[in-house]
Amino acid sequence: MNEPRALLNLNNLSKTYGSNRVLDNFNLTIFDGEFFTLLGPSGCGKTTVLRMIAGLEDTDTGNIQLDGQDIGQVPAEKRPINTVFQSYALFPHMTVFDNVAFGLRMSGVAKEEIAPRVTEALEMVRLGDFAQRKPAQLSGGQQQRVAIARAVVNRPKLLLLDESLSALDYKLRQQMQIELKRLQRKLGITFVYVTHDQEEALSMSDRVVVMNKGKVQQLGSPREIYEQPANLFVAKFIGEINQLDGEIVEIDGNHEYEVKVEGLKWRLHAEHNFKVGDKVNVLLRPEDVRVEYIDDPHPDQYLVGTVVERNYKGKTLDSLIRLPSGIEVIASEFFDEDDPSFDYSLNQKVAIKWVPGWEVVLPYEV
Amino acid sequence: MAPIFRWGFMGLVLTMIYIPILVLVVNSFNASKYGIKWGGFTFKWYEKFWNNDGLMTAALNSLTVSIVAASVATVIGTLAAVALHRYQFKGKALLSSMVFVSMLTPEIVMAISLLIVFMALGIKLGFVSLVIGHITFCLPFVIVAVYSRLKGFDMKMLEAARDLGASESSIFWKIILPLALPAVAAGWLLSFTLSLDDVIVSAFVTGPGYEILPLKVYSMVRVGVSPEVNAISTILLVVSLVLVVISQLLLREDK
Repeated sequence: MNEPRALLNLNNLSKTYGSNRVLDNFNLTIFDGEFFTLLGPSGCGKTTVLRMIAGLEDTDTGNIQLDGQDIGQVPAEKRPINTVFQSYALFPHMTVFDNVAFGLRMSGVAKEEIAPRVTEALEMVRLGDFAQRKPAQLSGGQQQRVAIARAVVNRPKLLLLDESLSALDYKLRQQMQIELKRLQRKLGITFVYVTHDQEEALSMSDRVVVMNKGKVQQLGSPREIYEQPANLFVAKFIGEINQLDGEIVEIDGNHEYEVKVEGLKWRLHAEHNFKVGDKVNVLLRPEDVRVEYIDDPHPDQYLVGTVVERNYKGKTLDSLIRLPSGIEVIASEFFDEDDPSFDYSLNQKVAIKWVPGWEVVLPYEV
Repeated sequence: MAPIFRWGFMGLVLTMIYIPILVLVVNSFNASKYGIKWGGFTFKWYEKFWNNDGLMTAALNSLTVSIVAASVATVIGTLAAVALHRYQFKGKALLSSMVFVSMLTPEIVMAISLLIVFMALGIKLGFVSLVIGHITFCLPFVIVAVYSRLKGFDMKMLEAARDLGASESSIFWKIILPLALPAVAAGWLLSFTLSLDDVIVSAFVTGPGYEILPLKVYSMVRVGVSPEVNAISTILLVVSLVLVVISQLLLREDK
């Protein structure tokens, strides 16, 4: 890939509703042609950012630049940006064709150009045969695709999608995720997607920004965000994570530390700088936790825990294991060819460890 | 057992409602002047009505007032409903509750207050005062009809339209008005009917020079029910029925 070119710059955006600061000096650069996701819990300001980009919401401070041009004063109807709304917001009194043609007609595209472009857009979302239907005669997934066609037919520089898949059922959502991704690659249009669903964000995006309380928590690729969360909020928001308490007992230099966790000393790697005596959070993804039968030989050190819950999930066996300190750890283990039928009984004692280096060590937060 | 009761009860209710109307319609074709016995089929009461210049003038006046009042009320009411629904402004809550209050105001109160206003402003009682009075009491019904329809729609649509490049006026003509049209039409029809058979407000705000049908009929009935009145009422009934059918067709078009 070539050097990414900045398409959209958000500089110092702030917004306050009454006493509620929904956006606090928010900065962001979105590159041309990428699939970018704003991820966060509801009320984190992600939808406000999207609406500001669309021009449907005013900014209190800061500016928005598209292709280097300040578009703060450009009204929504004049911006080369289109939105796919969460509720689709199709026009119920128009046919699918007229819905998709609406934007072209508004911008005065020549009559003879409209029909082929609408047809092309509808075929792209595989709704070529539905042009003369009314939205009410379509299923939720089909309405969703009409909404997408209605937006992309205008060839916007930027396509905004506001929780666009959240109204669909699980199966359909999975299918639409793949379809959206494929569409984005084909069109080469920059997609800005807003969601609270971390799985969706990870599977579709080139880059993700995790937001909370109007602030950026972390910006990075899905892998960076999942594997190297910048703080406890990100770690907990993106997937499940186990949180152990630790204390730095020795510094081995170059981000290597001796950390006391659950009464044992472990040699761990951390990106942060700590000093001896600092309290830390040691975070482990459930799939990085290794559980072994206690009678097997263990060359490395391990923790002893008691199985308090076991859930067969098909692909994995998820067990909840209580450590001597009372902390409960979730372990998610895949069935593999070495031991395709392993299982635990409740109250069984097991040995727990993890692959060294797969943990994340962060400054202690409650 | 139960079905007999159900149908019996329904039949009774419908009879209560429709027997008087049926008697009226039948008598409008009854050659006998007193509607107690059937004296043969006739159109003569309709002819008498047709040839009665005073009655015909009153009927035409009524139609004129109703059409003008309903149309003006529909335009103002629709715009008011759109504004109430679309925009945020100071005093919006007060304004919308005042619409309901004016619907519940006793007609006699409205009639007297209108009369006082017309006298204070020096407006001559007649066509103009009548039309203004009718617009006043029709307006809230249009607003409520249109407003409640608009409220039923996902208004993200208006944002979507803007997002797709539509100007304020395009949004009104291409999105809001087509969606609200059945309610606008229903508002017009309702206003027309309310205006056509209004007695109280009209009695106060019209002048001697401008006679309308309900008042004319009322003064005729005081002397005794003439079969001509039956004929007039039958015509009014047919007109209303036709309007209802039209409004229903309009509403079905939307689906």
